[in-house]
Amino acid sequence: MEELFRYFVVFAILAAPTYAIAASGLVVTYTTTGIFNFAHGAIGMIIAFCYWQITSSAAWDLPVPIGLVLCLLVIAPALGWLLDRLLMRRLAGASTITTIVATIGLLFALVSLADLIWPSGTGVRSVEKLFAGSTFEVVGVTVEYHDAVALGAAIAVAVGLRALLFGTRLGTAMRAVVDSRELAALNGADPNRVSSVAWMLGCSLAGLAGILLAPDLTLTSIALTLVVIQAYAVAMVGRLRSLPLTFLGALILAEVNSLFDYIPLKVELSGTVDQAFSDLGSATPILMLLVVLVVMRQDKAALRPENIRFRVPRPSMSRVAATMGGLIAVCALISVTDIVSANTVDELGKGLALGIVILSLVLLTGWAGQVSLAQLALSGIAALAVWKMGPYGLLVGVVVTAVVGAVVALPALRMRSLYLALTTMAFALLLERVVYGNNTLFPEFLPFATGSASAERFALIESDEAFFVFLAVVFGAVALGLTAIRNGHFGRRLAAMKDSPSACATLGLDLTVTKLQVFALSAAIAGLGGGLLAMWKSSSVGLTDYALLEGGALAGLPLVLVAVIGGITSVTGALLGAVLLVGMPMFGRWYGALRTPMSLAPGLAGIGLAQNPDGVVRQVGEAIEEARARADVVAEPFETPETLGTDGRIGAADASRLDDELGLSWGR
Amino acid sequence: MPDAPLLELRDVVVRFGGNVAVDRASMAIESGRITGLIGPNGAGKTTAFNVITGLQRPSSGLVLWDGTDISRVSAPRRARLGMGRTFQRLELFGSLSVAENVLLACELCRRQGGDARPPAITVGGEADRGAPGAVAETAALLEHLGLGDVAATRAEDLPTGLARLVELARALATRPRLLLLDEPASGLDESETARFAGLLEELAGRGLGVLLVEHDVPLVMRLASLVYVLDLGAVLAHGTPAEVQADQRVVDAYLGAAPVSEAP
Repeated sequence: MEELFRYFVVFAILAAPTYAIAASGLVVTYTTTGIFNFAHGAIGMIIAFCYWQITSSAAWDLPVPIGLVLCLLVIAPALGWLLDRLLMRRLAGASTITTIVATIGLLFALVSLADLIWPSGTGVRSVEKLFAGSTFEVVGVTVEYHDAVALGAAIAVAVGLRALLFGTRLGTAMRAVVDSRELAALNGADPNRVSSVAWMLGCSLAGLAGILLAPDLTLTSIALTLVVIQAYAVAMVGRLRSLPLTFLGALILAEVNSLFDYIPLKVELSGTVDQAFSDLGSATPILMLLVVLVVMRQDKAALRPENIRFRVPRPSMSRVAATMGGLIAVCALISVTDIVSANTVDELGKGLALGIVILSLVLLTGWAGQVSLAQLALSGIAALAVWKMGPYGLLVGVVVTAVVGAVVALPALRMRSLYLALTTMAFALLLERVVYGNNTLFPEFLPFATGSASAERFALIESDEAFFVFLAVVFGAVALGLTAIRNGHFGRRLAAMKDSPSACATLGLDLTVTKLQVFALSAAIAGLGGGLLAMWKSSSVGLTDYALLEGGALAGLPLVLVAVIGGITSVTGALLGAVLLVGMPMFGRWYGALRTPMSLAPGLAGIGLAQNPDGVVRQVGEAIEEARARADVVAEPFETPETLGTDGRIGAADASRLDDELGLSWGR
Repeated sequence: MPDAPLLELRDVVVRFGGNVAVDRASMAIESGRITGLIGPNGAGKTTAFNVITGLQRPSSGLVLWDGTDISRVSAPRRARLGMGRTFQRLELFGSLSVAENVLLACELCRRQGGDARPPAITVGGEADRGAPGAVAETAALLEHLGLGDVAATRAEDLPTGLARLVELARALATRPRLLLLDEPASGLDESETARFAGLLEELAGRGLGVLLVEHDVPLVMRLASLVYVLDLGAVLAHGTPAEVQADQRVVDAYLGAAPVSEAP
């Protein structure tokens, strides 16, 4: 009985505050600006690093109170203000996909930044708990001052936010802005000021959570960034809106964690079951996020058109065929000559395989308007199949990936973009942690988890040279196939689904089937890419190749980023995205001076280009079209689908603005 | 029930929270006639449309199709019964061309067995029965509505007037028995409106039931054989245009002191 009390009352109450603080920051920024900040954890991470820098005896060794004041009252608000001015304010009214990509870009930029300033190879950093080690006792339980401070902080945050939102003019404005920015502005609220305050507050709360969480983790950029999944799960309990429910969510998560700690103590579990149980326990936030997302009642107005604003070009079959023919020719040339070093060919091959995964995003996100952050994780299924079953396992892998893709889509059928993104992200993490990861549930996958799995190639094309060309051929075939689909009946159905669900209904089109089909097809294509990636690498295949964020350049979130940067609405854009994906780190390696900008580039580009999610290919296409329109008076806008659907309407001012953004986002 | 109207609303109520958007509204729409639905802004006209097409579930009341209750039938299934509609706030498939918008509707209609119904317009001069292919029917529709020149234009690049015509063409491509038009004439110029009126009369002449929501009251009075007036969600009056215009309540609530004197 006393033990029950200890686990489910004391421990839970002491664990909940950090979750609550992290999640309330997320809720404050989401409700006042409509932007779900995927980088919330990354911001907390940066602030925690700053705190380490200021207070650690290995760094500046200043007193803790100075560190806290500097971090929470100076650095974090300054960062929030800056983010608001540079990024968030410009995202007001943007499509959900845009905000997702932009904040993921921010996440990635912050992680790269932390790795630059505090390289992971330079020793283990640890943040000390507040009042290091001091404890006191409550009803027979030893409590650390650190945890008591966290509890106090959470209560202060709750009371403070309540007072701010309901007791001040600014708070009223913050709540009003949620409902209608314009209306609030008409009534004297200053949306820009509200937005600034929200982001400053959000960053401080993220920082506080980061500092409180850091002692329990080794201070690495990724670990702290992903801890925010807990905040996602908790905030989702309050449907991203209600602060009281968010605090309740924090308590629920803490209780669930206690449950996973408590059961093994009480129930005699055999070794492997025990291990499996504790592995599952480490995934509780992800499980909770999934459960909450799936169970939670979605917005009733599922037919309300969402803001998915980007123009989708109408690809021309002959243009795509020519491009892909050129690609195959170049790849053939590379493979028969020595003009490119073996290392570079190795990277390019990875690019082609990952390019196929990006193509799956062109279909799913670009054309059907459905967001997925799980494509790369899904593609790992096919890699497992190839590893376990040999080259012809690829077929099995593709089929299984398609089925899993459709299953993931099932709860997502009526979800809006943001929830879809979160669900697919949670699913990717679940695959990563529980299935692929070093896990006793699937002990046979251990070599995959440690990155030592292998994959055989088809007998006929076993050599690197032949397989490289084969990759290019497959990429070209998929690109052509997708183009045919885009220009056919299914493509029209996808466009219709993206552009107007209501009109679809009045044409008798039931979107359920279409959505399942596109998720399955897209997953199958991703699986093809993932399986081929494994075959191309042929050895040391494993989790890091298919992880969401871990593992450097070849990872899920950057994949989505470069897909969008390249241009998520066209197959040519996917090719460019693939080139960027492998090209940027390569440039960094070749030219030392470029290493810093290149490691920051994906994140910065994601932030910058998110404001015009049509991607580079379209921007370049528009610039060319603009130039052509100026040079050539006889423009035939309707007869030139090759111009990626532009109609020459974009003004000179627009074009130069786009160019500016392009320049800015690349950090020149 | 041979005498049942094509579509009937019976005591339909729609509540949004505490607001009553449609208040015990009953109407009947017959095949081969143009029925007008007028009323001030916020009277519940578009909500009534959404109830009929299944985008909005009524809080209570019935929707009958050929005398059969379809209140719980989903929107796509209702469309397959032969309901076509346009939207007041345009809902074109912006990234598709004009032709693709209409073609998609033709294709879907065929896949759903809607081609058992006759085409809304004569295609290729031949007999009306399902013979023409989807492409031919699309071309004929575009030609008939004067959209041939913009067939390859992306729908999102069209001016409003043309976009409304494309929505009409797309609705006609589903070979509807009932056509619901939500302010189709707004954004049309005078000659376009005249042409549009002719088209509606032609469609009704071919046996289509048409429900027309329109702020251009003279147009409604000229075209409709039966007019319903909605106010605050309730049917304030209904009858022939002459009866409705003579109704003092309608004049007070909507038409105002200077009614449309030039209407027949």
